Amino acid sequence: MKSDSSKNDRSFDLIQGTSSGVPWISIEGLNKVYFSKKSEPTHALSDINFSIKQGEFISIVGPSGCGKTTLLNILAGLLPKTSGSAKIAGQEVLEPLKKVGMVFQAPTLLPWRTIRENIMIPAEVQKLDKESHLQRADELITLVGLNGFENKYPNELSGGMQQRAGICRALVHSPAVLLMDEPFGALDAMTREYMNLELIRIWQESNQTIIFVTHSISEAVFLSDRVIVLSPRPGRIAEILDIEIPRTRDLAIMTSDQAGVYVKRIRKYFNTTSVIE
Amino acid sequence: MKNSKSTIPVNKESLLKPKERTLAERVMDVFRSWSVVFVGVAGLFVWHFGVIFSGIQNYILPGPLDVFEGLKIQLQDSLFYSHLWVTTQESLAGFFIASVIAMVLGTAVSQIRIVEKAFMPYIAAIQTVPKVALAPLFVIWFGYGISSKIVMASVISFFPILINVIEGLNSADSERVRMLTVFGASKGQIFRKVKFPSALPFIFAGLDIGVIFAILGSVVGEFLGAQRGLGVLLIQTQYNFDIPGMFAVLIVLSLMGLIGHTVIVLLKRKFAFWSMAQ
Repeated sequence: MKSDSSKNDRSFDLIQGTSSGVPWISIEGLNKVYFSKKSEPTHALSDINFSIKQGEFISIVGPSGCGKTTLLNILAGLLPKTSGSAKIAGQEVLEPLKKVGMVFQAPTLLPWRTIRENIMIPAEVQKLDKESHLQRADELITLVGLNGFENKYPNELSGGMQQRAGICRALVHSPAVLLMDEPFGALDAMTREYMNLELIRIWQESNQTIIFVTHSISEAVFLSDRVIVLSPRPGRIAEILDIEIPRTRDLAIMTSDQAGVYVKRIRKYFNTTSVIE
Repeated sequence: MKNSKSTIPVNKESLLKPKERTLAERVMDVFRSWSVVFVGVAGLFVWHFGVIFSGIQNYILPGPLDVFEGLKIQLQDSLFYSHLWVTTQESLAGFFIASVIAMVLGTAVSQIRIVEKAFMPYIAAIQTVPKVALAPLFVIWFGYGISSKIVMASVISFFPILINVIEGLNSADSERVRMLTVFGASKGQIFRKVKFPSALPFIFAGLDIGVIFAILGSVVGEFLGAQRGLGVLLIQTQYNFDIPGMFAVLIVLSLMGLIGHTVIVLLKRKFAFWSMAQ
């Protein structure tokens, strides 16, 4: 269970939970097939079913080719699904939904904009109220620890700092869900661990629903409430594990036996030709 | 093994102070910063004495002092300024017309698939035609006045700008486009917020070439039929065997190109600052 935050009068909590019984995110019978002129169709995702409650931290792991990035892209509205249903806060995803925030493996900040201007992009593009969102941007900048860098340009920041700015950008419009596609993959190991802790802190202070795709089994176990394991060809859900390690978790927990059991169980699904951690 | 202390006394303060440059190093620093000037002055010396010692005729290669005289004579002649003004007008007008059309057509080609499919093959083909060869045709169509030179300047500077506009708009990082798409941007917003800014470094590179070509187009057009202009002046000085005068005009044309280039670089520094090499 995540730690109870008594300082709960946060402007972040703009998304109201749906009444009990209706899941926040629901995937039913989802299929994705890639058709190609020259070769056999590829069944990337097969009959995916799961639902997510508001405020949950979910990771998706699986070996290369299992479809985890495809699944994320469908939720982001970047890829059309072949069949089935994908709903976020009750709305079917047919194109990019404005209530979604996404963080990519590369920070993808625009070099001609300052950090603050980059963070404001979702609010700008969706024509949301400028004043209140500038304020929210500043709150997020403080939350991730980028104070003093708001007016600098991306090339003046390190990779980890740029990625933190990317996280602010994905949260400025108070999205219903934050999608993260291997966001720390390009960082060095120490920065990566630090960012994991930062992400948990941000999550605990904001009641944000997060779907986190990663190659790293230990990262998934450390961060999540539940881990969805996908296996490839075709991509389908092998298992959904409940991670019952109590919050607040510290890095030392990761070398404990309890965590080790989860990691071993997940690793079973990775065959020997995959890269695993 | 513990870190043992050295037997050589170390003064921590002097360790952290930057080392002072020796006399030899300081002389080299001055040499380096002024080397550009040295080369220029040395070049002038070589030119001056080379002309004297080789005994080359004045009407083939004058020395720098003669060229300077020729320049003075031109700058004191009021006719010179009317020639200069005409060529300046032609270059500026040609450059602006070419830039505007290239921006519009380039945007259409890169953003609208059917325009690209329909027109790119023709653009690629026309690019290979030596446009300078069109000058006599333009004189027939547009006369000996300023218009035919403006057309010439536009036509010659158009293609480099167009190609760079297209290249630039197509260069937008697909990751950045994807990012904007996820946050709900429309195609128009993607164009204004990502594709166009991404294109600016390329566009300025094209404009840099275009400004020089516009001057070139004006002068070549003037060679073939004009009453006024630096190209006309060049022909006149050639006819009069006033070689120092010719050199003077060439110097002025070079300066025009340099000014145009500097303006573009300054604009690039302001509007495409992120692409400037460190």
